[in-house]
Amino acid sequence: MLNLKDVSITFNEETPDEKRALQSVDLELKKGEFVTVIGSNGAGKSTLMNVVSGSLIPDVGEVMIDDKHVVHLPEYKRASFIGRVFQDPMAGTAPSMTIEENLAMAYSRDKKRKLIPGVTKKRREMYREYLESLNLGLEDRLNARVGLLSGGERQALSLLMATFTEPHILMLDEHTAALDPSRAELITEITADVVKKFELTTLMVTHNMQQALDLGDRLIMMDKGQIIFDVSGEEKQELTIKNLLDEFHRIRGKQIESDRAVLG
Amino acid sequence: MLISLFGAFESGAIYALMALGVYLSFRILHFPDLTVDGSFVTGAGVAGVAIVGGMSPILATLLGAFAGFIAGCITGVLHTKGKINALLAGILMMIALYSINLRLMGQPTVSMLNESTLFTQIQSWWVASGFDAFFNNIVLSLGAERFSGTWLVFSVMIILTLMVKVFLDYFLKTEVGLALRATGDNQKMIRSLSANTDGLIIIGIGISNGLVALSGALIGQYGGFANVNMGIGMIVIGLASVIIGEALFGKRTIIIATLAVIGGAIVYRIVVTMALRVDFLDSGDMKLITAVLVIAALVAPRMIQARKEKKRRLQKKAELLQRKEGEVHSA
Repeated sequence: MLNLKDVSITFNEETPDEKRALQSVDLELKKGEFVTVIGSNGAGKSTLMNVVSGSLIPDVGEVMIDDKHVVHLPEYKRASFIGRVFQDPMAGTAPSMTIEENLAMAYSRDKKRKLIPGVTKKRREMYREYLESLNLGLEDRLNARVGLLSGGERQALSLLMATFTEPHILMLDEHTAALDPSRAELITEITADVVKKFELTTLMVTHNMQQALDLGDRLIMMDKGQIIFDVSGEEKQELTIKNLLDEFHRIRGKQIESDRAVLG
Repeated sequence: MLISLFGAFESGAIYALMALGVYLSFRILHFPDLTVDGSFVTGAGVAGVAIVGGMSPILATLLGAFAGFIAGCITGVLHTKGKINALLAGILMMIALYSINLRLMGQPTVSMLNESTLFTQIQSWWVASGFDAFFNNIVLSLGAERFSGTWLVFSVMIILTLMVKVFLDYFLKTEVGLALRATGDNQKMIRSLSANTDGLIIIGIGISNGLVALSGALIGQYGGFANVNMGIGMIVIGLASVIIGEALFGKRTIIIATLAVIGGAIVYRIVVTMALRVDFLDSGDMKLITAVLVIAALVAPRMIQARKEKKRRLQKKAELLQRKEGEVHSA
């Protein structure tokens, strides 16, 4: 479904600020696979997301979605088959427009926008049904401006908008990080539900290790622009935070030793 | 007095089209577009030259509007593709248009006084229809002084302006229109929903300036001339109309907001007309009057709101005090 081959990108090349954000990254996601991505700040998680979404073009390497080369497809065109939820709950919705208008805009994501009304009686019923699945009572507030909703409600709406058109790829960028614990848990639950319901191929970045372990059927760890750890299936089910940290130190420890060998 | 007030209604209804254009760029796209000062003249100039050249007034008016649309699209391209700051892109287009307008017109002023314009063409039909007598009788029966002017311009313009308003209301509710509004509201979000934001900005600023130029073309025919300087300060007048309208009539929904903008344009003309009748003010003071009006429209609603809030708090405080006293007494 999603295929990254030998993707590299370097910022500020040949300056003291040079940063090799991604170094020959290979990644393949099968259809319906739910992958969580962890790693410290500057590990290259966001760069990876931006390369897939199209807001960054890699220096070298191939990005393929459904066996189509998409490297030179601009962000807005790729967006017709990629659903995204951002970290900032304010980023995924238009505050001065109503809930139903926001849903209407998400509805036309994978279609050509035409000069026909975005909200019709028939569509309003459909939007209402989708909103009911969130259990937040938003279905009774179709004409409320989104700016009036709380952060948690807005993020739930963003998640619904990103998923109900069943995109080929769903990308979640630390989408619970800015919420309080109970809201974060709610959004995590909704995430698990919709991904399962629509069988979405999902790439989720998180800083929360427990969340990375609980959600999804595959986990990758990034560091210094590389994928250093990749587990799936039963092995992932049995993983604990302690295992994960040990694994990190084992891999990186080796690296430090080998660096020492080179420098020595 | 009545005649000059009536003139304010007429020109207000024409300027309302310009104000709707400014509303589209300023409020919907959040794009402070100064192209307006130039594209207003472009509309008037192109229509004027075309009419003098013998083109039918309707086609000439549409041609003027189209020229404004192109000018707006160029501003949009400068901003989106050239990555030029919105304000600067508009200013650059505005000064470029000054020279372009002069070239198009060939001279600083194009007179249409002896030409057949949109209004003179409709007049013959209008006179035959007898609407004037009908409306004048109504005015007379309302107890006003005898009024013998023609209702032609006002009626035609109100109908045209309302048609544009209804079209705009509908457009902003379509799939494309929703994406356009979101482009002004949250660009990152609508791009992630697969909308070409650059294209929407270009088209949006184009339509905005198309409306401005349409208004210019009609003002030119109404006054009988197009002048290369007639657009100076037009953006401020447009903003004044939008802000006054929103302050007076509200902006809760698109339908209310566009109606408010039309109302604001007419109110602005009326206030200016009244102000100019004050003895110590002359036409040179018009810009100052405009500035004061806009400031008042911006500040007054906030002050009224603050006073209401204060009153509400005081009331709550008094209630609380009363309740406490009651508890003391009962104890």
